[in-house]
This record gives sequence, C-alpha cells and structure tokens, in this order.
Amino acid sequence: MLGQLKGALRAFWRLFRRLSGDDAYERYLRHHVEHHGDEAPLTRAAFFKQWQDNKWKGVKRCC
Amino acid sequence: MRNSIKTLVWLAIALLGAGAVGGIALHRGESINALWFITAAVCVYAIAYRFYAAWIAARVLMLDATRATPAERLDNGRDFVPTNRWVVFGHHFAAIAGPGPLIGPTLAAQFGYLPGTLWILIGAVLGGAVQDMVTLFLSTRRNARSLGQMARDELGPLGGVAALLGTFFIMIILIAVLGLVVVNAMKHSPWATSTVAATIPIAMVVGLYMRNLRPGRVLEGSLLGVLLLLAAVAGGGWIDHSAFRGWFDHDGLALAWAVIAYGFAAAILPVWLLLAPRDYLSTFMKLGTIILLAVAIVMLQPEVKMPALTQFIDGTGPIFGGTLFPFVFITVACGAISGFHALIASGTTPKLLASERDIRMIGYGGMLLESFVAIMAMIAATVLDPGVFFAINSPAGVVGKTAVEAVATINSWGFPVTVAQMEKLAADMGEATLFARTGGAPSLAVGMASIFGSAFGQHLLALWYHFAIMFEAIFILTTLDAGTRVGRFMLQDMLGNVWPALGRTSWYPSVIFTSLLVVAGWGYFLYIGVIDPNGGVNILWPLFGIANQMLAAIALCVATGILVKSGRARFAWVTALPLVWLVIVTSTAAWEKIFSTDIRVGFFAAARDMSEKLASGLLPPEKAAVAPQLIFNQQLDAWLTMFFIVVLWVVIFDMLRVCVRHLSGKPVLPCSEVAYQQTRLDSAGVRD
Repeated sequence: MLGQLKGALRAFWRLFRRLSGDDAYERYLRHHVEHHGDEAPLTRAAFFKQWQDNKWKGVKRCC
Repeated sequence: MRNSIKTLVWLAIALLGAGAVGGIALHRGESINALWFITAAVCVYAIAYRFYAAWIAARVLMLDATRATPAERLDNGRDFVPTNRWVVFGHHFAAIAGPGPLIGPTLAAQFGYLPGTLWILIGAVLGGAVQDMVTLFLSTRRNARSLGQMARDELGPLGGVAALLGTFFIMIILIAVLGLVVVNAMKHSPWATSTVAATIPIAMVVGLYMRNLRPGRVLEGSLLGVLLLLAAVAGGGWIDHSAFRGWFDHDGLALAWAVIAYGFAAAILPVWLLLAPRDYLSTFMKLGTIILLAVAIVMLQPEVKMPALTQFIDGTGPIFGGTLFPFVFITVACGAISGFHALIASGTTPKLLASERDIRMIGYGGMLLESFVAIMAMIAATVLDPGVFFAINSPAGVVGKTAVEAVATINSWGFPVTVAQMEKLAADMGEATLFARTGGAPSLAVGMASIFGSAFGQHLLALWYHFAIMFEAIFILTTLDAGTRVGRFMLQDMLGNVWPALGRTSWYPSVIFTSLLVVAGWGYFLYIGVIDPNGGVNILWPLFGIANQMLAAIALCVATGILVKSGRARFAWVTALPLVWLVIVTSTAAWEKIFSTDIRVGFFAAARDMSEKLASGLLPPEKAAVAPQLIFNQQLDAWLTMFFIVVLWVVIFDMLRVCVRHLSGKPVLPCSEVAYQQTRLDSAGVRD
C-alpha cells in the first residue's frame, strides 16, 4: 500500500519534471550517450540556451 | 458478465447525464445548484469520449497503432521526439487553453446560463473536439505539417493563403481585445495595476535565474516566481493604502499606452528574459487556479442565481448587441470550438506523438478539458446576483455614468441591485468601484473570489479578488507577448517574399520594423476600444469570435476535403456537420454586423447614426471629440468582417470544387499522406 503510494508519487513527480522541462538536460545526456557517444556533450548552460530558444519557435500559445 | 456490468454502468452515466442536462434546461426557479452543471458536463464528455470519439478513431480515421508517427521516423531529439501520452497531453492542453474560455462564457451569460452552457457542451463534443482530433490526425499523417501547408497541398494555393491571412488577422484582433480586458481590469485600481506591473520584473528575475544563476533548473525558478507573485498580490494591497498609490492609479488611455509599449518591448526582448519565464509562471498559475476552482465548486456547491434565459435574447443586451442566434455561438468560441486549436494540433503537437493511438486522448480529450474550464467560467459568472453581474459588465455608455443612474437602469430590467450593495462589494474586493468594469475579467474575479472566499475563508476576499485578476492578467499578457511574436514571424515570412532581407528573422532592423507594424495593428484597435464610451468589448469580441470561427471553418474545410479525397466521403459528415453549422453562424453574424440597421449591431448603421448626430450637433463635446475616430473605426470593422467572410467562402468553394472533381472522377491534387511504415517503438521506446 505504502509502496504503491510512493510509486505513484514518484511517477507523478517524473511526469511533472518532464512536463516542465526540468529534466530536459538529463534526457539530453541520455540521448547523447546513446546516439553520439564519441562527441563531448554540451554543458548544462549551453544546452538550456539552445533548448529554450528552440522551444519558442512557431505558434505556442492559443486564445 | 463483465460486459453486462459495463453496459449497465454506461447506461447509468447516460441516464444521469440526460437527467442533469434536462434539469438545467427545464429548471425555472429562483436558483439551481452548480453541481448540476458539473454533473451534466462530466457525463456528456464521458459518453462522447467513450462512444463518439472511439467510433471516429476506429471507423472514420482508422487510427493505426502499428504505423510509425513523424516523431518516431524523424526523431531528432529536439522538436521531433516520441513522448509519453500524458506529457503530450499536458503540453497540448497548456498550449490550447488561454484566456478565451474564461471570457466568452462570462459575456454570453447576459443571455442567461442556458444558451451558453448548452453550446459549450454540444459545440465541444460535436465540433471543437472533432476539429482538434481530426486536424491532429491529418497533420500526424503528413509529417506534422501546419494547417496552412495542408490547405495548400490538398486544396490548392488559394486555401493556403486564406489560412495564413485568417490566422494573422485573428491574432491582431485577439491581442487587441485581450489588451482591452487587462486595461479594464487595471483601470483606476492601484492594487491590480501594481500587481500586474510587478509580474514583469518577477518574470525577468525568474528568466535570469534559469538562464544564468541555475541554468535549466526550471522548477526551482518557477517556484521562486510563484512565491514572488503571491507576495506581489499581497504587496499590492499595501501599496493601495500607501503614499505610492498615485503611481499606479491611471485611467484607461494611459494604461492602454503602457500595454502597447510593453507589447513592443516584449516582442523585441530575447525570449528567455521575459516570454519564456512568464509562460512557466502562467502555466503553473493556470493549472493551480483551475484545480482550485473545481475543488471549491465541488466543496461549496454554490447556487446559480442567473435565470436560464434573460430578456436579452431579443438582442437588446447591455454587454453586446445582437440576438441569441447567431451571437451566442460567436461569443463563446473557445470552450466550444476554436479555430486557433487547429494551429496547435497541426505543426506543434504531432511532432511529439509516439503512437496514433494517442490521438483520441490528446485531440479529443484535450478539447473536452478546455470545454470544462469554460463551464466553470460560466458557473463563476452566474453565481453572482444577476443585478451585480450586469452592474459590473454593462458599459457606462449603456446604463449611465453615475452609480444611481446605472442601478436605476438595471433595476428597470428586473434585476435588483442597490448602490449600497455595489459599494459594499467594491470595498470587500478592495476596489474603488465595480461599476462598468467591462471585459469579463473583473466579474469573473468577483465570482471566483466569492467562491474561494466561501470555501477557504471570507476575510480574504480582497486578496482572492486580486489573485484572480493577477492570474487572468498574467496569461493574457503571455498570449499578448507570444501572439505579437507569432504575428511578427508571419509578417516577416510574407514580407520576405517582397524583400528577402525582411524575411530574416534575426536581422534586427526587420525585427523592429515588423514588430512595430504588428503592435501598431492591435494597438490601434485597443486604443479605439478604450476611447469608445460603449466599452469597446461589444465591438471587438464579436469581431474576434467571427474571425476564430472562420478559422475553425477553414480547418474543417481542409478536413472534409481530405476525407472525401481519401475515399471516406460517407463519413465526411463528421466534419461537414460542424462545418455547415459554423458557416451558417458566421455568415449570419457577419451579415448582421455589416448590414443590420440596429445601431448596436450593424457597423455601418452605427457609423451613419454617429455621423448624423455629429453633423446636427447632438453629441456632447467629449463624445464629439472622439466621434470621427469611432466613425472611421466602425467602417473599418465592417470592411474587415466582409474580408473575413469572403475568405471563408473562397475556401468553402475551393473545397467543394476539389470534392466535386474527385467524386466525378476528374484529377485533383494527390493525397499528401506519407506512406505506411511499421513502427519499431514498443511502449518502452517512448521516452517519459
């Protein structure tokens, strides 16, 4: 019971971080290791800059 | 056995839903409990989602879970990323839900609670959610192409241009009317003005925090921002009673100029400094407040005091002129069907879809949730005493300038309200006056404050009121920033065809020039709205509604055309039905706005009436001074409406031409659907 609750809370927290983009850098690092393991990854600050600028292209907000 | 239990459960939901809808439709008494609205909405949504949406998914669109989505095929780890369905749902909902579903139902409540509520429910399940879902499906099958691109590929260049122009003008009108709503909420209210002003430096602090101090720590930064915003609401109350009060006490025109200047600055400042952090804050505020409102309504079960129908269905309403048909369907756009969603459902969301199976939940389900927000806004507007509701929302030009005049006019309509009652309410809310605070935001805030106040503590009314104003203002300003930017990109794109240098989005002179043009566009309508003694909302909101429904009709045209072309003509009614309804509604509304002889409805009639009064010297001097501008504006609005309706009919004929050619065996543009490719993702391949 307690374990289930803990699991649910953890899943919610993961979803929350994913939705807000809080874990974007960690996901990038994982993607980087899998796909471009031989190159050096971006630093956290440099990645965030790129991610944020990219996020704001196109129609992102409605009425 | 299990099947029969399931059938019984759905039968019970259907009966409960029918009972609740019938209850709110047939009830004629003093008041009706808001819980009936929630019950009706939840049952209608559940049945529509379980049966209609599932049927569309299986039979009409034939969603195929084995087919690889663009997110999988074009995965680049940046914009194309196969993503967990709940995460996509969250992004999609955050993008489609803006201030529209809060404002439209509030204004439409002048007809009574019933017409708006029924349209929100029926319009969403048969129209809006279908549009969102089908558009999402079509874009997913076409490498996440945008609505404009799909219109061009499938119908022809005419459809593409129409979609582009339509989007641009909606943006201009939308920003103007939202700007007007914020200005009316801040007018002569130092508390509201200082709180809204404080959101700008707070967003910048959060932006700097996330960019430089602790890069990428989005949640930390947002938490800091939310705490600062709450402090700003409380701090506004302190300013209201301090010597700084005068700094934030302004009339509408000064605030309009401030909003215009802000809009320009926000459009040329880097995204990370203002727009992105403000967006985080507004998303968190929005979700938090909507959940809080739902909890408070269920806890408190407030009584809806507005009658089911008011006498204003005959077109004499104080908030906006025009009869029930077609104007309730124009006024409530977002929450029932919103063309704007087609822009999010094409282009943005499909790049994240991991499986076609998720299209029903995200496209159809996302719209149902937005519709639910509109139902809650309707409840918040109608729990107010009708007299109070009309006192807040009626412009001074209609009910009279002084409190005594306004109260007398509203009492003569049969809605009791007294000056003392309004003064007490204003004092409770920490405002100087609540008369003629048009635009919907103040009355929604009063409604929310009274619901929150009863549920969570009466003595905090003024804080709740200004919290609600801050909450509305922060995401109206987000839409204003983002909309100005989108308008600029579109303008740069269009002008780039004429002079390539202007099309370079990073060339600063072009950025400044095109931003100025976009801001001047909406700034003009905002300015006119503020100097208009009838409040401006009565002109701008119907114009926005017509434009938004026109875009929805364009999206449904594209969808219907593609269904027919791809051999699914017998199912084309799924999109053709809402399309026909929207065409009837928008065309009638546009016709009335242009040709009606009623000066409260027809633009030309109003312009003529004012010119005659001006010529014969009947206008008081302060009105005579602004009359030439108002006359010009009424004529401009008439021409703009005509433009919208011509664009709409051009797309309809283009779609019909394509359908007729296809059905009679003549060649049409080929279907641009990407060929089948088997998915290699299992559920573990989806990043969560």
